[in-house]
Amino acid sequence: MSEVGTGLWHDGVMALVPLDTNKVLACRAIAGDVSDDVQRYIEKHTSVGVERTIVRAFGVEGVDDQGIPLVNALVDRVHAAGALGHGVSYFLGREIARGTRTVQDAAERLAFAPDVDFSVDVAPAVARAALEDPTSAALARIDQAAAARRTLKASVTAGREPLKYVIVATGNIYDDALQAKAAAHAGADIVAVIRATAQSLLDYVPHGATTEGYGGTFATQENFRIIRSATDEASLKENRYIQQTNYSSGLCMAEIAWMAAVERLDMLLNDAMYGILFRDINMCRTFIDQYVSRRFIARAGIVINTGEDNYLTTADAVDKAHTVLASQFINEAFALRAGLKEEQMGLGHAYEINPWIEDSFLTEVAQAQLIRQVFPRHPIKWMPPTKHKTGDIFFAQVHDAMFNLAGVTTGQSIELLGMFSEAIHNPLLMDRYLSLKATRYVHTAARHLGDEIVWKPDGIIARRAVQVLDEAHTLLAEVKAQSIWEAIGSGAFADVKRTRTGGKGYAGVCARASDYVNPVLDALEATHDRPVV
Amino acid sequence: MHPTTPSKPLRAYGDREGDGMVQMSFTLPLPPSGKAREAAKRFAELHGLGEPLVATMEECAEGFTYFVVYGHSRHSIDVSQIEVPEIRTEALSREEIEHRISSRLGRKIVVVGACTGADAHTVGIDAILNYKGYAGDKGLESYKGFESYNLGAQVENDQLVARARALKADAILVSQVITQRNCHKENGAALIELATRQGWRQDVILLFGGPRIDHQLAVELGFDAGFGPGTKPGDVASYLVERLCGDAHAPLPPG
Repeated sequence: MSEVGTGLWHDGVMALVPLDTNKVLACRAIAGDVSDDVQRYIEKHTSVGVERTIVRAFGVEGVDDQGIPLVNALVDRVHAAGALGHGVSYFLGREIARGTRTVQDAAERLAFAPDVDFSVDVAPAVARAALEDPTSAALARIDQAAAARRTLKASVTAGREPLKYVIVATGNIYDDALQAKAAAHAGADIVAVIRATAQSLLDYVPHGATTEGYGGTFATQENFRIIRSATDEASLKENRYIQQTNYSSGLCMAEIAWMAAVERLDMLLNDAMYGILFRDINMCRTFIDQYVSRRFIARAGIVINTGEDNYLTTADAVDKAHTVLASQFINEAFALRAGLKEEQMGLGHAYEINPWIEDSFLTEVAQAQLIRQVFPRHPIKWMPPTKHKTGDIFFAQVHDAMFNLAGVTTGQSIELLGMFSEAIHNPLLMDRYLSLKATRYVHTAARHLGDEIVWKPDGIIARRAVQVLDEAHTLLAEVKAQSIWEAIGSGAFADVKRTRTGGKGYAGVCARASDYVNPVLDALEATHDRPVV
Repeated sequence: MHPTTPSKPLRAYGDREGDGMVQMSFTLPLPPSGKAREAAKRFAELHGLGEPLVATMEECAEGFTYFVVYGHSRHSIDVSQIEVPEIRTEALSREEIEHRISSRLGRKIVVVGACTGADAHTVGIDAILNYKGYAGDKGLESYKGFESYNLGAQVENDQLVARARALKADAILVSQVITQRNCHKENGAALIELATRQGWRQDVILLFGGPRIDHQLAVELGFDAGFGPGTKPGDVASYLVERLCGDAHAPLPPG
């Protein structure tokens, strides 16, 4: 037995539970094998979502009079012609090689001209060469946004971990902007705009500023600009960098990742398997799209938030705690293969244990401590109680206080704050304020508690942590033996079962031809060496 | 209280009978000040609170102040005037449910459920239909006497209806979690409208459920019954058994 974790996450030296380092390494190795199997599939395929993302990266924009984005019209036409396997970039490059002046003009012609032939009648190398400058411009646009973020960050102070993360969800981007500024003023470090509930299943990204949405606000490029400008303003006013979060998930996860990259968002909900499990999006489609989305995210320096916390809203938080850890290893492995650094991986988990069982707090601390130690450099994101929240707002406030205490004691990096009105409505202005106030109290009051205490090596917390790690190891071995495709089919995660060709969006998956052209993705892949785990 | 005792006006109970003590918390769009405190006090008075005490006044956002106010509510309620339709079915045991279906109906009860409209939350419909159930009570899928189909979330009413009609469903369960701008009522009402227009409303039991739904709302919208937060699968199963296998409080529709 030896210690894992370096205490890098904290300005003190945190008490550690004794974990078997070799078991942690074994879990990582198995997760690596599991994702390598999928990675081989990913590298042979593309999707309509991926191709639309690349067209957007070239700066192509616009919608038709029905509101259908040009990128959809273009990619759907290429796909209908059975030519998507060559890559939309091939056809764009071909048009430019033939004298079309810009990628925008090429896209419009390919989408709408009556006489387009989608056969490979120009050498792929020629098409690729014609895209050299547009590719450099596409990368430069992302890099410039990342540089602008660094500059702004350097000019103000940074929030202190656990960072306080709140949501706004009015449906109207202008109200969201107002509420985001109010949240920053009340002490929030991170503001997420919750997305309209129906968007994950839309196979296009809506266009323009939006003021109507159920359950949240549509993720559009213009909305990203509006909310970013509000949080920039708040950063300068509060002299504290306010991070902006949205959702790179659903059928447009890659397009949204690109939009977030160029509009300078800081965090994205982005998970290798969430869409499969919780939105019944086809698993082939999800694996392909998550990879490309993460290539953009890696380049942009965005932090991802993975969705393991959701597992515990459908599965039991005690019995299925190990599925969270196992999935985090898998999300990490996929993220490494897309070029993300550990410091960009906000692996998710949640405080969802039934509050009325004995030692529920100790069990939560064990899980939080375990995850902190297993992923020492990762900005772990942890979620508050939701499943066991009721309309009793007074009790909920106590429940959240216990969550905050566990969070600060175990050095969680990003804390999505609990809302006492969780079970009732989207947070009101004062709900958010009261949550921020209570959290500030608990974080301040117990700031160095984690440095002061020593976990009993054979105590309840240490034994629970060891047990969950053991169970995660067993599950990962089973997943590897079955392959992840089959494991998801048998309900290994979140008690949800999905099949390889079932779910939404499978029609948008396409095998890459041997002459597949995608210079933007090539450039993103050249950014980082393939990591060796 | 003995049933023959004349009912007396009911007031909120704080520390002693009839004190009417309540607390309110709210936000006013103005910065904290003496004037703001007075505004909060008058606001509380207008809500019927006597001797309001502004216990807390804090800025919760720039130009916004959060208040906690205690006061004595002047209002009282005559409980004898209240009539609330309630589902009177007591939850039956699993054994009783299975027994009544097999002995009285002699076939399975077919149930189709979905979360309709743009709502992406399956938590409610999953809790009632899926094997796992809710709070230790297994879902309808776990009963031999039920054949249940969970269509998931973001299902349009016409898809739900087509499937339910094809399966000859005895009951359709509609779950609505998102309630922004009353979209749950609109989605529910649209289903009833569709059923009425197509002429099969009387052939199927229509149930409505969700965290902001109660029996009264469901009945107002035209459903047979509504199920609110805390409903267990056994409650829904019991209701359906009583409707379909006799002992029903509400008579079965003819045909």
